[in-house]
Amino acid sequence: MKVLVAVKRVVDYNVKVRAKADGSDVDLNNVKMAINPFCEIAVEEAVRLKEAGVATEVIAVSVGGKACQEQIRTALALGADRGIQVETESGVEPLVVAKLLKGVVDKEQPQLVILGKQSIDGDNNQTGQMLGALTGMPQGTFASEITVNGEKLKVTREIDGGLQTLSLSLPAIVTTDLRLNEPRYASLPNIMKAKKKQLDVLTPADLGVEVTRHLTQVKVQPPAERQAGIKVEDVAQLVDKLKNEAKVI
Amino acid sequence: MSTLVIAEHDNSSLKAATLNAVAAAQAMGAEIDILVAGGNCSAAANEAAAVPGIGKVLVADNAAYEHQLAENVSLLIAEVGAAYDNIVAPATSNSKNTMPRVAALLDVAQISEIVAVEGADTFQRPIYAGNVIATVKSSDAKKVITVRTTAFDPVAAEGGSASIEAVDAVHDAGISSFVGEEVAVSDRPELTAASIVISGGRGMQNGENFKLLEGIADKLGAAIGASRAAVDAGFVPNDMQVGQTGKIVAPDLYIAVGISGAIQHLAGMKDSKVIVAINKDEDAPIFQVADYGLVADLFDALPELEAKL
Ligand SMILES: Cc1cc2nc3c(=O)[nH]c(=O)nc-3n(C[C@H](O)[C@H](O)[C@H](O)COP(=O)(O)OP(=O)(O)OC[C@H]3O[C@@H](n4cnc5c(N)ncnc54)[C@H](O)[C@@H]3O)c2cc1C
Ligand SMILES: Nc1ncnc2c1ncn2[C@@H]1O[C@H](COP(=O)(O)O)[C@@H](O)[C@H]1O
Repeated sequence: MKVLVAVKRVVDYNVKVRAKADGSDVDLNNVKMAINPFCEIAVEEAVRLKEAGVATEVIAVSVGGKACQEQIRTALALGADRGIQVETESGVEPLVVAKLLKGVVDKEQPQLVILGKQSIDGDNNQTGQMLGALTGMPQGTFASEITVNGEKLKVTREIDGGLQTLSLSLPAIVTTDLRLNEPRYASLPNIMKAKKKQLDVLTPADLGVEVTRHLTQVKVQPPAERQAGIKVEDVAQLVDKLKNEAKVI
Repeated sequence: MSTLVIAEHDNSSLKAATLNAVAAAQAMGAEIDILVAGGNCSAAANEAAAVPGIGKVLVADNAAYEHQLAENVSLLIAEVGAAYDNIVAPATSNSKNTMPRVAALLDVAQISEIVAVEGADTFQRPIYAGNVIATVKSSDAKKVITVRTTAFDPVAAEGGSASIEAVDAVHDAGISSFVGEEVAVSDRPELTAASIVISGGRGMQNGENFKLLEGIADKLGAAIGASRAAVDAGFVPNDMQVGQTGKIVAPDLYIAVGISGAIQHLAGMKDSKVIVAINKDEDAPIFQVADYGLVADLFDALPELEAKL
């Protein structure tokens, strides 16, 4: 079966992002960019399905400006077979990303679409579920284990109380949680090979989707600062402070 | 203007997160109804009807909704929600699963995890692991919103007597089914609702050592949390993870033990009223947000702390 994986270009997870002084936007000047960690887990899972003989082809798709081809190449180096960039400006809203991904799904007819559960820049946690609604496919979100059994997909999900297992009909959508797998590192030869793999560029018009905006960012600001705290000498002083100063115990 | 709040419940009782979502809905200033979708959920619906200030409680009681399968429940919410200006739910794992599906069915954006209401169409929400607060304005006629529960004080659970109305619509998409659940049962308060939380990180070394936290949690009536590293290493289950991609907590007192203070962890706890950090590395970033920092080996400090409480 064909597996489609959605990968997003985001700020590297180690970067502490700040608001610009004028509050117009976040300051991303000279900031290190990377593949969204949850998307890396998605690629890994797809590649493992291929290695297990379950998947026949893994296609990595990213929506964004030309720079996101870097993240598609990363996915190709990790083992995806070919890539698709849907060319848009950056910062397209999840609903529109989902519509564009639906366009790709209609074209490619994958049996499984794997996305991250959340982009670590916008912290939306929306796109996979929206794609589910648009395509009419079932979804296994926040997945920590998936198994393909013929026409069905068994998904174990991380939920507030613990774990839940669902059975979904294929084609289906999965969004990854942290425990699904531990992604591999791309080897140098695979990085070289990835440069030669096929990468097609599509426009929203090719997919019949209009890029619209539903939300405008009015401003960004830093969160409330915490007052500097103190170091206590020992456990006795800690207990005293909590009882008599903070009055929380 | 009217708002539909989606109840969080387990069929037999209403979850506290619903009360935070109602508080956010009140801040939007519209009439509020509550939808309880479930299977054999009349007990939860009765509790919802007791929440003060509610117009009516709509109850869709059907086996198709019993396990909150997103494929089914989203169709229901999209249908019932068509009559409302706002559809609001607490940002629980359940709503995070269902609500974006609702938004897409209605062809509108979802505004995730709002922390403040600035006006009928303008909201604040954290982005980049809470390092930045964005103010966003929606141009959609209908707004689908999830609420960060820690940002809104819950409304009262009792005192109201809203009418209860049955919704007959049955949506069974027939593409997903419930297989099973492993849900932790604990006598401790729920992590997201506890007034004291004590969390352990990689420094705990193994799951067995979390007993050191349990003794203290018992004395304080605290919930126990963990960092991602502790969960990934298998010390404790996933539902204990606090952070950007885990649970968001804001208790009166948060005690971080053997946790370095990565931005992803801070994103889940830095709105706590009082933060205590116990770490043997005096340069650990967790101390930058701690009101009281104790530089110590946790294996010495924890038994002593338990004894002194
Ligand atoms: C996409 C993504 C999402 C993430 N989401 C989350 C999330 O939701 N929540 C989360 O927590 N993390 C999250 N992380 C992981 C995060 O980046 C850190 O790796 C993690 O928080 C580290 O956990 P830790 O502090 O327990 O471990 P470490 O960073 O290894 O710190 C262990 C600490 O224990 C101290 N220590 C060791 N032994 C002792 C001792 N005997 N006594 C006292 N102190 C001791 C050490 O000094 C050290 O400071 C995420 C990462 C990514 C990439
Ligand atoms: N621009 C994009 N291009 C490709 N995939 C995306 C894009 N935006 C979001 N996704 C996918 O949707 C997941 C969840 O993103 P979000 O809904 O923004 O939190 C990501 O992990 C990706 O798999």
